[in-house]
Amino acid sequence: MSGPVAISAKGRGKSHALEITDVSKKFSVAGRQVQALSHIHLAVDEGEFVSIVGSSGCGKSTLLRLVLGLDTDYDGDIRVDGHRVERPGLDRSIVFQEHRLLPWLNVEANVAAALRQSGLSAAERGELVRDHLHLVGLDQFAKAHPAQLSGGMAQRVAIARALVTKPRFLLLDEPLGALDALTRLRLQDELQRIVRHEGTTAVLVTHDVDEAVYLGDRIVIMHPHPGRIATVLPVTAAVSRDRSDPNFIRLRDEVLSWLGVSRTGNDAGAELARRSA
Amino acid sequence: MSLITIAGGERLSRSASIAPPPFRLIGRHLRPLAVPIALLAIWELLAHAGVADPRFLPSLEAVVARGVAEFSRSGLGVNLLASLKRDLIGFVCGSVAGIGLGLAIGFSRLIERLLGPVLLVHRQIALFAWVPLISMWFGGGEAGKVVFIALAAFQPTLINTWQGVSGIPRSYRELADVLTFGWFDFARIIAIPGALPQIFTGLHSALIYAWTATVGAELLLNIAPGIGGRMNEGQQLFHMDLLLLCVLLLGGVGVIFNVIAGAVEHRFLRWRIR
Ligand SMILES: Nc1ncnc2c1ncn2[C@@H]1O[C@H](COP(=O)(O)OP(=O)(O)O)[C@@H](O)[C@H]1O
Ligand SMILES: [Mg+2]
Repeated sequence: MSGPVAISAKGRGKSHALEITDVSKKFSVAGRQVQALSHIHLAVDEGEFVSIVGSSGCGKSTLLRLVLGLDTDYDGDIRVDGHRVERPGLDRSIVFQEHRLLPWLNVEANVAAALRQSGLSAAERGELVRDHLHLVGLDQFAKAHPAQLSGGMAQRVAIARALVTKPRFLLLDEPLGALDALTRLRLQDELQRIVRHEGTTAVLVTHDVDEAVYLGDRIVIMHPHPGRIATVLPVTAAVSRDRSDPNFIRLRDEVLSWLGVSRTGNDAGAELARRSA
Repeated sequence: MSLITIAGGERLSRSASIAPPPFRLIGRHLRPLAVPIALLAIWELLAHAGVADPRFLPSLEAVVARGVAEFSRSGLGVNLLASLKRDLIGFVCGSVAGIGLGLAIGFSRLIERLLGPVLLVHRQIALFAWVPLISMWFGGGEAGKVVFIALAAFQPTLINTWQGVSGIPRSYRELADVLTFGWFDFARIIAIPGALPQIFTGLHSALIYAWTATVGAELLLNIAPGIGGRMNEGQQLFHMDLLLLCVLLLGGVGVIFNVIAGAVEHRFLRWRIR
């Protein structure tokens, strides 16, 4: 899957949309140094959808925080269009595992909050908010408060809030991890549709190997202690986005074996990976 | 749907299906009044049974008669208004200062480090210990009284606002960073609404403290129009009915303040209830 031709053509030639070069990150916990990330190299192209899978504690969230610019104390280099990331910006949005909606604002106001610093007029903001609530199918719930929404609806609002600024990069940190299996499957399709519609470049962190294969153009597999990239697997065109397709299952099993789970070829393996992660 | 809605729905359906007999409904509404009514009855009994000296414990109807007389001419009504005005000015000044400083301390680590210890010491000093100092600095007149009332309102609003803002979850601060909020947006969209329940708790206490301080100031500082002034008068002229009337009035105003504060809180914090 690639973004709109005009945009991807513009980005070609000079540099990747997002370039992570030899990034390492240490934390000191109780006087001890913890290597959260070690020599991470990753280049993401415009319009690409990259999935990152790996067990808990292998530095996935840390990597997203660095890309967001929330933490600039690291070794190496993170560049967007060749410019080093110095601070958070509206060109990079995130959806967290918990929806993180503000309970005192209604749905509409929660989404509009992301546009505070956009410099747009009130009318333009209102229109963007309406469009994005429509995109996630929640037009009817504009005036509802977060406490009145189900988990899946709240996460859709969070997705709308992340996209309303028309970011170049959408970072997703286990966005569907807290949802029940059915809602998760439904939202995976919606996420795919929405990201395609907006032409956003997406980086998805997930525990769910199926989800990684289903949504990703490439799958980055990380190993812990220290957090590092074990391999990057392309999701070739031969893998149709059909979960029961033999190619799909083959790729899923390959990812599982990289994660240290034996090739079972059935759902028990995926479930095991989900639990151990 | 949320748990709260379910719980609310359940309560509704229960009261609809098993409707309690009407006298039980009335009983439930009158329950909070049971003890006050009993106390009034005991008062009446004591006053009429000849147990208590009527000069020290006048009967309820004597107090009511006094009240009717006072409020039909411009007596106690004017004094009540004078007290309420003083109370309101002090409450507003003290709360505005308390909320302002509480926000500043909550936002800024530097201000918190500078002022935190001082304020914690300040908290240890009993409110009425300030009376002599205030009367020296601001005099025992109107200024001194208002300063004292403001101080009473200042303490709870400050502490609660401060705690409310510093209790904002880290995840919301991170959200503010991701959305590139400046301090103004952070305050307006995240910190103040997030701290609002605590700020209201502070304001609620401040309302009660300020009313207590109003009477305290009127009793302890120079005599001036006000409920406290009339209580001084009642004490000196041995008008027990006036004294008791004033006490009832003070309690009544306190109850009304409580109801108003509860209603305002309910109105502004509806998002929590839904
Ligand atoms: N703020 C922090 N302070 C100290 N250690 C941290 C901090 N954030 C993350 N870590 C450590 O870094 C490692 C990677 O964490 P994280 O990025 O959250 O992993 P993941 O998202 O892959 O589960 C973990 O060992 C975690 O304990
Ligand atoms: Mg994580």
